[in-house]
Amino acid sequence: MTTELLRVTNLKQYFPIKGGILGRKVNDVKAVDDISFYVNAGETLSIVGESGCGKSTTGRAILRLDEPTAGEVSFNGKDLLALNKSEMRKMRKDLQIIFQDPYASINPRQTVRQVLNEAMEIQNVLPKDQREDRMMELMDTVGLGAHQLDRFPHEFSGGQRQRIGIARALSVDPKLIICDESVSALDVSIQAQVLNLLKKLQRELDLTYLFIAHDLGVVRHISDRVIVMYLGKIVEVADKKSLFDNPKHPYTKTLLSAIPVPDPTKQKEQIILKGDVPSPIDPPTGCRFHTRCPFATDKCKDEVPELRTTSDGMVAGHEAACHYIEEIESGEMKAKD
Amino acid sequence: MENPKSIIKVEELQTSFYTHKGEIKAVDGVSFDVPSGKTLGIVGESGSGKSITSLSIMRLLEDPGKIKGGKITFNGEDLLAKSESNMRTIRGNRISMIFQEPMTSLNPVFTIGDQIAESYMIHEGLSKKQALRKALGMLELVGIPSPKDRLKAYPHELSGGMRQRAMIAIALACNPELLIADEPTTALDVTIQAQILRLINGLQEELGMSMMLITHDLGVVAETCDYVAVMYAGKIVEYADVDTLFKSPKHPYTVGLLQSLPRHDIDQDELNVIKGMVPRPDDLPEGCRFAPRCPFATRLCEEKLPSLDDIDDKNQVRCWIYNDQWDGPEVNVKDDYRTAQSD
Repeated sequence: MTTELLRVTNLKQYFPIKGGILGRKVNDVKAVDDISFYVNAGETLSIVGESGCGKSTTGRAILRLDEPTAGEVSFNGKDLLALNKSEMRKMRKDLQIIFQDPYASINPRQTVRQVLNEAMEIQNVLPKDQREDRMMELMDTVGLGAHQLDRFPHEFSGGQRQRIGIARALSVDPKLIICDESVSALDVSIQAQVLNLLKKLQRELDLTYLFIAHDLGVVRHISDRVIVMYLGKIVEVADKKSLFDNPKHPYTKTLLSAIPVPDPTKQKEQIILKGDVPSPIDPPTGCRFHTRCPFATDKCKDEVPELRTTSDGMVAGHEAACHYIEEIESGEMKAKD
Repeated sequence: MENPKSIIKVEELQTSFYTHKGEIKAVDGVSFDVPSGKTLGIVGESGSGKSITSLSIMRLLEDPGKIKGGKITFNGEDLLAKSESNMRTIRGNRISMIFQEPMTSLNPVFTIGDQIAESYMIHEGLSKKQALRKALGMLELVGIPSPKDRLKAYPHELSGGMRQRAMIAIALACNPELLIADEPTTALDVTIQAQILRLINGLQEELGMSMMLITHDLGVVAETCDYVAVMYAGKIVEYADVDTLFKSPKHPYTVGLLQSLPRHDIDQDELNVIKGMVPRPDDLPEGCRFAPRCPFATRLCEEKLPSLDDIDDKNQVRCWIYNDQWDGPEVNVKDDYRTAQSD
């Protein structure tokens, strides 16, 4: 049976832009604009998208590292946004995050022992005399040696530092780990090691991951379900298989076709988008993708498409936010140049 | 393995950094050539020496880096024998380079137009007015919308993709014979990357130039290159044409790299990993540099460095497995890698 661990409802994150001599708010960057989703216990849900789509902001808003503008975040039935500061701090025992650059997120003046000890101290995980054993165990779990406990972060390689970040997150026995581009800075051979480690830990410790990434290869490998974001909105959500084999939103299709495949014999049709991602300060009206979409009509300019499932060809839980899923699928609508 | 006429030939290039810890061999005996009008990809992970190789060709190394030995022949001319002022007439004119991060390689206080025009004024002796007119043509060529206005724009006013287009416009301004692109799309989003790669490919055909593409992304290599050199710890470990490399990779490192890549187009169970990590450049293994991580390594591999040899008319590989002296069991690297790895 699947139980829901995290539910995000109508989440909005606007960052004010101040201007003028009085420093008054002149506008907002609408980084995340009204998104809703859930994460089941034990699964990996990935959020993918390009720079500025709001994927990292979503992760930070859930942990309240940035206070969300509006919406609801409920974790294990508790409303996270209603908690006061100290309650939220206690809550973070269950919700951990691993960042992209472990060198920037681990105090360079602390040894690994101090890093892990501090995390356990703050969350009051174990009595002091048992922590030593736990630390050894953690080092072993993430594939480092116990003898490396007294080293400083700069003495480790990039892949090893990321393992320290993982060890720190694990030290407080979390239920959900948000991985924010956690393997993006690593070389391929090291990235594979860390990905395999994350998968193994999930099996052994029953972890739930919210995996934020831009690399669709990585996402296909690690996810159960995938959310695709564009300019602060969810454009498509589906189980991994449907998303990669049967994408419905024109943006998802473009994104998939744009990735270079390491196989020169594979001939593929590449959809090349025109232009850049528009500014989130003043996003396009209607469907936010309409300025770059090869199928866009006047309706796309005016009406915001909702996430929906069509009766045929989409399995349960597969939703896309496009007015013309059926018409594009049947070939009735053709891409314009 | 004979290649058609080559535009640039690098022989036994050795580039080292002299630090207080001693000599660090960043590039250690690298040889290759770029066939005229074709694209050579140089792939490798951080620290493999791929970028230092390209900086050596351009003679753009900064202290304490020095070219210790080897020969670089560009269109019959010995580049390492040239004076600095001679090099200046070649750089940006006959050999151009594009870097990863356009924001740091563009000058923030000059307009895009000025920066393209500079090439024409220096290398072709044009007046500012003539140069700007040609710069406008370049911006059109690289597909920058409303090029007239962009001529007067500063780098910070452009998006990442547009900046990279501007970089390409500068690099191609003088119609170079060779373009060296060092991770040209690494900092860009995939949809923008696709635009830029298509642009570079199209321009290469149109202008008939040769290209060296330095990247860590095997997908980019597969889509843009004709030949590939795989580098590991300062040495080329495998060289082949692109189809051969991806279809029948021979070196255990190449095989490991390809199998550890998470793919978006096929399902994979567990990723293969290359155990351990890249050796530190000041502490390189004595024998084959990949031996400590190689699942097939024998004593021979640990003791003696293999040479880069032709193993058939398609692959050149630096590995003892393909040598008569091989002292281990018979293996098929591609098929046996996974099982060997898990032992």
